[in-house]
Amino acid sequence: MDPIVSDLAINLARAQFAFTVSFHIIFPAFSIGLASYLMVLEGLWLNTGKETYLRLFKYWRKIFAVAFGMGVVSGIVMAYQFGTNWSVFSDLAGPVIGPLMAYEVLTAFFLEAGFLGIMLFGMGRVSKRLHFIATIMVAFGTLLSATWILSVNSWMQTPAGFSINEAGQFIPEDWMEIIFNPSFPYRLVHMVLAAYLTTAFVVGAVGAWHLLKDKTNKDAQKMFSMAMWMAAIVAPLQIYAGDLHGINTLEHQPAKVMAMEGHFHSHDHGAPLYLFGIPDQENQELKYAIGIPKMSSLILKHNLNAPLAGLDTIPRGDQPPVAIVFWSFRIMVGIGTLMLIVGVTSLFLRWRRRLYDASLFHKFAFIMGPSGFVAVLAGWITTEVGRQPFTVYGLLRTDQSIAPVEAPAVAASLLAFIVVYFALFGAGTYYIIKMMKKTPGDLAKLPGTVTRAAGTTQAASLKPVASDPAK
Amino acid sequence: MLDLPTIWAGLLALAIFIYVILDGFDLGIGIVFPFLDTDGCRDVAMNSVAPVWDGNETWLVLGGGGLLAAFPLAYAIVLPALYAPFIVMILALVFRGVAFEFRWRDKAHEKIWDRSFFYGSLLATFSQGIVLGAFVQGIEVEGRSYAGGWWDWLTPFSIMCGVALTAGYALLGSTWLVMKSEGVLRNKAYAIAKPMAIATLVFMGIVSLWTPFLSPEIAERWFTFPQLLFVLPVPTLVCILAVILGWGIIKRKDNIPFLATIGIFLLCFAGLGIGISPYIVPRAVTIAEAAAPDKSLMFMLVGALILLPMILAYTAYSYWVFRGKVDPNAGYH
Repeated sequence: MDPIVSDLAINLARAQFAFTVSFHIIFPAFSIGLASYLMVLEGLWLNTGKETYLRLFKYWRKIFAVAFGMGVVSGIVMAYQFGTNWSVFSDLAGPVIGPLMAYEVLTAFFLEAGFLGIMLFGMGRVSKRLHFIATIMVAFGTLLSATWILSVNSWMQTPAGFSINEAGQFIPEDWMEIIFNPSFPYRLVHMVLAAYLTTAFVVGAVGAWHLLKDKTNKDAQKMFSMAMWMAAIVAPLQIYAGDLHGINTLEHQPAKVMAMEGHFHSHDHGAPLYLFGIPDQENQELKYAIGIPKMSSLILKHNLNAPLAGLDTIPRGDQPPVAIVFWSFRIMVGIGTLMLIVGVTSLFLRWRRRLYDASLFHKFAFIMGPSGFVAVLAGWITTEVGRQPFTVYGLLRTDQSIAPVEAPAVAASLLAFIVVYFALFGAGTYYIIKMMKKTPGDLAKLPGTVTRAAGTTQAASLKPVASDPAK
Repeated sequence: MLDLPTIWAGLLALAIFIYVILDGFDLGIGIVFPFLDTDGCRDVAMNSVAPVWDGNETWLVLGGGGLLAAFPLAYAIVLPALYAPFIVMILALVFRGVAFEFRWRDKAHEKIWDRSFFYGSLLATFSQGIVLGAFVQGIEVEGRSYAGGWWDWLTPFSIMCGVALTAGYALLGSTWLVMKSEGVLRNKAYAIAKPMAIATLVFMGIVSLWTPFLSPEIAERWFTFPQLLFVLPVPTLVCILAVILGWGIIKRKDNIPFLATIGIFLLCFAGLGIGISPYIVPRAVTIAEAAAPDKSLMFMLVGALILLPMILAYTAYSYWVFRGKVDPNAGYH
């Protein structure tokens, strides 16, 4: 490590990474789910011929285009930030994580980008079947992308299948062990379900908004109904997957779970589940703790009296920042619980045939619209801050991963990222919300915002008029 | 000798070249955007790349990701060394990337997004030129990391490269538009292509003549006898292509200028390669020194040999779907 790198520069570089990656994850979390939703909508349209599915497809496709574009450009930032700020990490971990990221580009990014053009602009230029294939490829690409990058992240959490050479570089020994490292399957499932839930709640909120204005709107009913099915099915699955992920973390990264649980002390006969408390890392205690006795042992060990070690078994220098992990974990779990309530309530209302006629529930679903994003961010903060003070868990410390950067350079670029991201992505979010305020029928009719010229006369004339209300 | 590091250096060079051509013309359209302000030219110009632009930028991600994967040491040295131009480049790419969608979502503020598209494209290009220039002139290395200062990249030579690349991308962009448009836009594109062709050739000439003076090692490579025979075809072919380019523009052969420009870029790229190899960080770290272990390179090579042809095939298909002149009246959505 270069000794001239100051603590300030390190913290600024960490802040910069946290900021840019947090902004970035918002877009994929939405576009992974939305791409799959578009695939389902187009498939249903081709199968049933019902216009409502086509209207919904075109409606969400426009929103997808804006979100995806922001995901692409904020993603390029990530690909270079490893080098600008974390060059030592790149040099040392590059031989292992680099090829995985290269595979992400080769299998996923190109697939998405190659077929996105056809999905957005190709209707009427290619056959319906080919267009559907393009949509499937985009959806498949988003999932492949998630697979590779989560493999990379999981390897950093639970490294496997490597050796270390004399330069300190991680050298791949067994690619299957590297890719399918111990936490990867859990993290992948947890994140993909999170993306689906996030999208379901956004779609549900938009449906609810339009139902509140006009509960007979068929398009709104359809999207609300589809979203609520997703909430009802995926929310319980996600809670189950999260539980398994937690148990996996306990096995491989116990300090993270101790911080999540607020367990500063070891418990020999069943550890309590703290619902509330103020972590005081200085004095190594959880102040004002309110907990349920033995409940944590039951959840993590499936045994009321199982012993659980606490942070008192971890050297102070190897502990993650407890308060952040403790609270972000509670935010995530709290939102998960609310999502489950929405899902279950929707089943009840559906059974009573009142799903489209329950304005209080619609208001609740509307408020829950952004909840998935908050949960995703909280979850990532839990797992990433919980990995500290390491970048490669247990092997490479964060303060030894840093590039030879100087504080003013990092501060200036951090400031630039903050200003640019808030301005541009703020505008993008505003445009997305503006589109969401329109009904699928209205958005299709508006000439000014929808006319896009990207075709030849010949191809345009091939387009079936009935399938395009905009023409 | 064809070992794994050499193969990967070749593949990366290919990826970067494809990037330069593909994003070159769509950044170039951004650079000439201010001159397309009447008759709906901007709408058509943007639509001529809207279906393909993010595929084009994916090659940049492959360049960055590929460098990290195949030559992690080079990645770890070059990016901190060129910190400021890289940060400016990626931020500028954000500005232009969002404009593709935002422009259509907000007619009242269309001008703002047009400016965002223009300045973003211009700055991204200029930074790429700076990166190229600073890279060629050399990076100070100590042990396994960059050892120079924060402003080392800023030299007259790197600025010259920034200017040259801007002219070059503007030429790619305007000749692309010539190929893809009709009527007013085509006329405007021809009018822009002419001065840009001259500017590109002049600046390219300056950079080429300047480069040997950066280090005796490069000079030796270009000007000693046996090598001279090998490198001489490069400038000769550039001259031939320059004539074809000029002829295509004057005689208005719509497809010729773009293809000739690609040829000129290819030759410059080859010339650059002659000047740099076998180094990956010029005159400091060789391809072999920076290479990831064979296990990493082999694992990737298997995938790349299967996937790259597929990528090229479906990318070509996507271009083919949107082939021909863009019709300004063909609405969509």
